[in-house]
Amino acid sequence: MSLLKAENIHKRYGKEEVLRGVSLELERGETMVVIGPSGTGKSTFLRCINQLTPPDKGRVWLDGVEVTHPKCNINRLRAQMGFVFQDFNLFSHLNTLRNVSIGLIKVKGIRKEDARKLAMKELERVGLDDKIDAYPAQLSGGQQQRVSIARALAMEPKLILFDEPTSALDPELIGEVLEVMIKLAKDGMTMLVVTHEMGFARAVADEIVFMEHGVVVEQGNPQQMFSAPEHPRTGEFLNKITELYGETE
Amino acid sequence: MLLRATLINIELLFALLLLGLLLGTVVALLQVYGGRFAGTLAAGYAWVFRSIPALVLLFLFYFGPSEFGVNIPPFIAATLALGIRSSAYQSQIFRGAIQAIPQGQMMAARSMGMSRLQAIITIIIPQALRLSLAGWSNEFSSVVKDTTLAYVVGLNEVLRHARIIMDRHYELAMLAYLAVAVIFFVLTYSGNRSLGWLEGRLRIPGLEMKGGTQNK
Repeated sequence: MSLLKAENIHKRYGKEEVLRGVSLELERGETMVVIGPSGTGKSTFLRCINQLTPPDKGRVWLDGVEVTHPKCNINRLRAQMGFVFQDFNLFSHLNTLRNVSIGLIKVKGIRKEDARKLAMKELERVGLDDKIDAYPAQLSGGQQQRVSIARALAMEPKLILFDEPTSALDPELIGEVLEVMIKLAKDGMTMLVVTHEMGFARAVADEIVFMEHGVVVEQGNPQQMFSAPEHPRTGEFLNKITELYGETE
Repeated sequence: MLLRATLINIELLFALLLLGLLLGTVVALLQVYGGRFAGTLAAGYAWVFRSIPALVLLFLFYFGPSEFGVNIPPFIAATLALGIRSSAYQSQIFRGAIQAIPQGQMMAARSMGMSRLQAIITIIIPQALRLSLAGWSNEFSSVVKDTTLAYVVGLNEVLRHARIIMDRHYELAMLAYLAVAVIFFVLTYSGNRSLGWLEGRLRIPGLEMKGGTQNK
């Protein structure tokens, strides 16, 4: 059984149909990278998975439990899915340590001292254990994103959804975030990543999904997608994006 | 005598601010998160109680219940009338503050599994109250002086005492009213100083512009 299964997801904003039947399956420990031009619904799709944006139609299962079921405990399910935002969204009134520990305390009901220890462990993992007292506004974008990854990790999620995690960063800060993500992927974390970073995709993706106009155009392993894509649009997009962003890593 | 009566104003001030703070927060939250029905109701509340003159509210709250045979002590009536009025103003300060918080804060909280209420309590309110402080000190300055209005319902507060002094010794009237003016200047000034200090204390490092607080 796959860890995450999305089936025929539809979402419409007013007249515009952003998602027109997207289906995906993700195995435990797998890293899947979703690429595609902007405005094709990649981010909306991620939000449909954890129901931040409930889809109009279609179903999602996490580890066999239906997330789209009207009677499911969505808060509990969300706690099992980390979400890393493009613009970090760290809690601006909390310092680094509290940003990471608050979910443990409030959602998981873990005692403060224990939560603190767990948070420290995750901050070490992203290399920011020397910044525990800093507030988000005192950190660089790259550091903020690493804190937000630690915040997601602390909850011990079954998978983490990344919504263009490096798109808001200055070029020289992208590397440190990708480095953390690559390490995670290699450690066996299940990840669904929307990104334009082809270097990252090449390095760790088990599968690449190309989306355009609200549908999955093509999906396959990186070698196949980069060297011999079946669909002409996939090749075009990959060439353009590699030219545009280059390959960090 | 005037100073002792001032204590009543201070008591009334704290009571009405507290009532206004609690009710105002609830009204603001309902207006932002309450959905259409509760939201409209909250907005209506804010409109109504900002539209009625304070004196009229005082009369309504004091004489209204006695029409039905219920006698409310002046202090309670004044607290209710001025507190509810203040809650209407405070609710709009908080609403502005809540709406100034980026939506991503709520999304991030929800995405880690917090319920809406949990997110509001642990993430939104602490940030909104900080943002409210500047506007709130304005409301504070205004209600400090409103406490003197309570003399129309017979509360033994400072202005009533000044009036009594005038009635007994007309030659002291100017002096009495000047004393009241000084008392309120000191109250407003020290209150604003404390709020400015609080604002500085609670400032989130790195986030807010320096020099933004008053009395700096």
